[in-house]
Amino acid sequence: MRKDRTEMSEDDDRSPPLDLRGADIAESSSKTRNCSGVTGSVAGPGPGPSSMDFQAPYPDQVLENVLENVLQFLSTRRDRNAASLVCKSWCRVEALTRSELFIGNCYSVSPRRATARFARVQAVAIKGRPRFADFNLMPPNWGAFFAPWVLAMATAYPWLEKVYLKRMSVSNDDLTLLADSFPSFKELVLVCCDGFGTGGLAVVASKCRLLRVLDLIESELSDEDVDWIACFPESGTSCLESLIFDCVERPINFEALERLVIRSPSLKKLRLNRFVSIGQLYRLMVRAPQLTHIGTGAFSAPEGVALGDLEPDYTAAFAACKSLVCLSGFREILADYLPAIHPVCANLTSLNFSYANINAEQLKSVILHCHKLQTFWVLDSICDEGLQAVAATCKDLRELRVFPIDAQEDIEGPVSEVGLEAISEGCRKLQSILYFCQHMTNAAVKTMSNNCPDLEVFRLCIMGRHRPDHLTDEPMDEGFGAIVMNCKKLTRLAVSGLLTDRAFNYIGKYGKLVRTLSVAFAGDSDMGLKYVLEGCPRLQKLEIRDSPFGDAALLSGLHHYYNMRFLWMSSCSLSPPGCQEIARALPRLVVEVISNETDKLNGDDTVDILYMYRSLEGPREDAPGFVTILQ
Amino acid sequence: MGFDKELNLEATELRLGLPGTKKSNKRALPDYMNEECGSKDSSNVSDAQKSDQEIASPAKAQVVGWPPVRSYRKNCFLAKKMEAETAGMYVKVSMDGAPYLRKIDLKVYNGYPELLKALEDMFKFSVGEYSEREGFNGSEFVPTYEDKDGDWMLVGDVPWEMFISSCKRLRIMKGSEARGLGCAV
Repeated sequence: MRKDRTEMSEDDDRSPPLDLRGADIAESSSKTRNCSGVTGSVAGPGPGPSSMDFQAPYPDQVLENVLENVLQFLSTRRDRNAASLVCKSWCRVEALTRSELFIGNCYSVSPRRATARFARVQAVAIKGRPRFADFNLMPPNWGAFFAPWVLAMATAYPWLEKVYLKRMSVSNDDLTLLADSFPSFKELVLVCCDGFGTGGLAVVASKCRLLRVLDLIESELSDEDVDWIACFPESGTSCLESLIFDCVERPINFEALERLVIRSPSLKKLRLNRFVSIGQLYRLMVRAPQLTHIGTGAFSAPEGVALGDLEPDYTAAFAACKSLVCLSGFREILADYLPAIHPVCANLTSLNFSYANINAEQLKSVILHCHKLQTFWVLDSICDEGLQAVAATCKDLRELRVFPIDAQEDIEGPVSEVGLEAISEGCRKLQSILYFCQHMTNAAVKTMSNNCPDLEVFRLCIMGRHRPDHLTDEPMDEGFGAIVMNCKKLTRLAVSGLLTDRAFNYIGKYGKLVRTLSVAFAGDSDMGLKYVLEGCPRLQKLEIRDSPFGDAALLSGLHHYYNMRFLWMSSCSLSPPGCQEIARALPRLVVEVISNETDKLNGDDTVDILYMYRSLEGPREDAPGFVTILQ
Repeated sequence: MGFDKELNLEATELRLGLPGTKKSNKRALPDYMNEECGSKDSSNVSDAQKSDQEIASPAKAQVVGWPPVRSYRKNCFLAKKMEAETAGMYVKVSMDGAPYLRKIDLKVYNGYPELLKALEDMFKFSVGEYSEREGFNGSEFVPTYEDKDGDWMLVGDVPWEMFISSCKRLRIMKGSEARGLGCAV
């Protein structure tokens, strides 16, 4: 199926158009290519020394050399993708100068194909599982294994320096292979990953001598208990710049950590887990006043330890960190200690209280100093009153996330439309918001749409399913409609509450820049999904659950699915034949039907989960038994 | 089978749980709601659901993956909620003349006698006899506590439960200062 190039999605990370086979590219790149050798002769046709070895460059080759030197300045993948589509020559040269490889869906292209096209990669980013898998909507072991990638890269990219993985399954063996294969390895960032444990970390720590960054973010480690901190080389200076392990749910060897911090003069980011007490935090802070990002760990003393009047001067320790701009942690906060952070509040641009059970009063004492705050994550325990305090001080706020301390449906929520409106009044520069609440009104959402024109990300989660505007009892259509109408820069939207097809009509009509859309328990009929699929040309990621959209709606997106990264639909009204039809119509789409065993009580014929994505590889070979790939 | 439906035996069945519930008494939700959660024709049920919103319904059974909060985060606070229920109530204890403070968990004790005994053991002293009229008699040490209002009170005057909920810290006073609290020496 030919796609019109002008409709290419902006976040395009596909391989070249289908007529440009991977094989062609690999062959052509084997032509004489010696950058340094040939550049000297760019100046004219057939000049240069009369050495027998010298070959006059073909005009094409001259152009390619120039191109190579120019293209290496292109940094964003969007620009590079565009350049690669100009012609085969440009595609070839771009491939050779691309040093950062981004794979948005690990199954869209095989490791072999990717490494064949891009020969000189130093940094790789790979994303795996769909986001809804985070919420246990899919059985475990669905896939997204790092193993085949690290295997391919071990031979293809011996100079690899950076690996970023999100929602991938990474084993200890994978980490060992990584540590063994890449002598220049510098940065490992694992976000929402699983499958590995402290044993794997130990190998990375001990073998990657040039390691600068080891960031574990929201990842789930296995149960093993290896002292990985002690595995960092004990002698000499460490080049460590960032060490983030706040998600590691195991105690760590504090003495070893302290020694590591002492010999890491470049350390800027340190985010501790909850097994590090405030007393230990103090010891680290006095050793590393150069830190810019601190995750405070527990921020309390362990039970039974009586420090009394001998407690160290935490306030002084914070005051000594003159460069501190980002604070997080507070995993088991004792609010008595909160005043210690006052000296740094005025400089903070990012504050994460989303694990801190504090009330409005406690927040106020801190937030009133935080004039420069741009990113703020917090629990709804601060109530509307706390949000009002934020709105009053944080005029520069760009990103706000309000998480529920009690993630249930039918309780009295501590935050409501009052808090949302207050934020919209006070924080006019807001770009991104994630807001969990029990009740909301269209009016408040509309107010935000008018007050915050810079909004790019609007994610509202009204936790009660199908909940209407609690003042007017109307659906939340008008509120979300106002968001898509007024927020002209909106690229990501998550909707909730009682929504009819009208809301989707608005989204299709006005949400022209929307790339990511999350829908749950919403809509009346197929029309809802049709509006979106027909109206949103930039749509790349669509995740829908428990909404009444069926086969006819699915068909209406045929023109667009090749431009999307994925479509997820679970507990909707799809049938296997309906999904089959899509699979037949679009051969380059992998159509996975995933069965949730728990739902198989009825013998009915609807599809539990549909997950489909474009791919150059066809059906994957590592699909588990509960996945059926339709063809 | 159809016979049973007509007789509506289930409705008259005696068992624990709210009327309308089927399985164990843990599920406070009629079955049609459960099916809706994974349901294919949720549009039909949504009307029923809407009317149900108006009635003060019992807490809905948790739907898988809803609200969309990652389990790590959910578990953090679940654990804390449970901990809070069983958590200790630690207060600082100072004694006049002692170089450093101690901390004790008030929840561990069942009443004043236990508490006082523990304090005596910890700091190696005796409190004397308590009487309502005279306070602690027979010792130069008097146990006091700071309450929520910031006032220093004599330990033992109020009922135990009231004491542990209002006590912020303990101080064992000694000597002449102690006399002001009505202890007869």
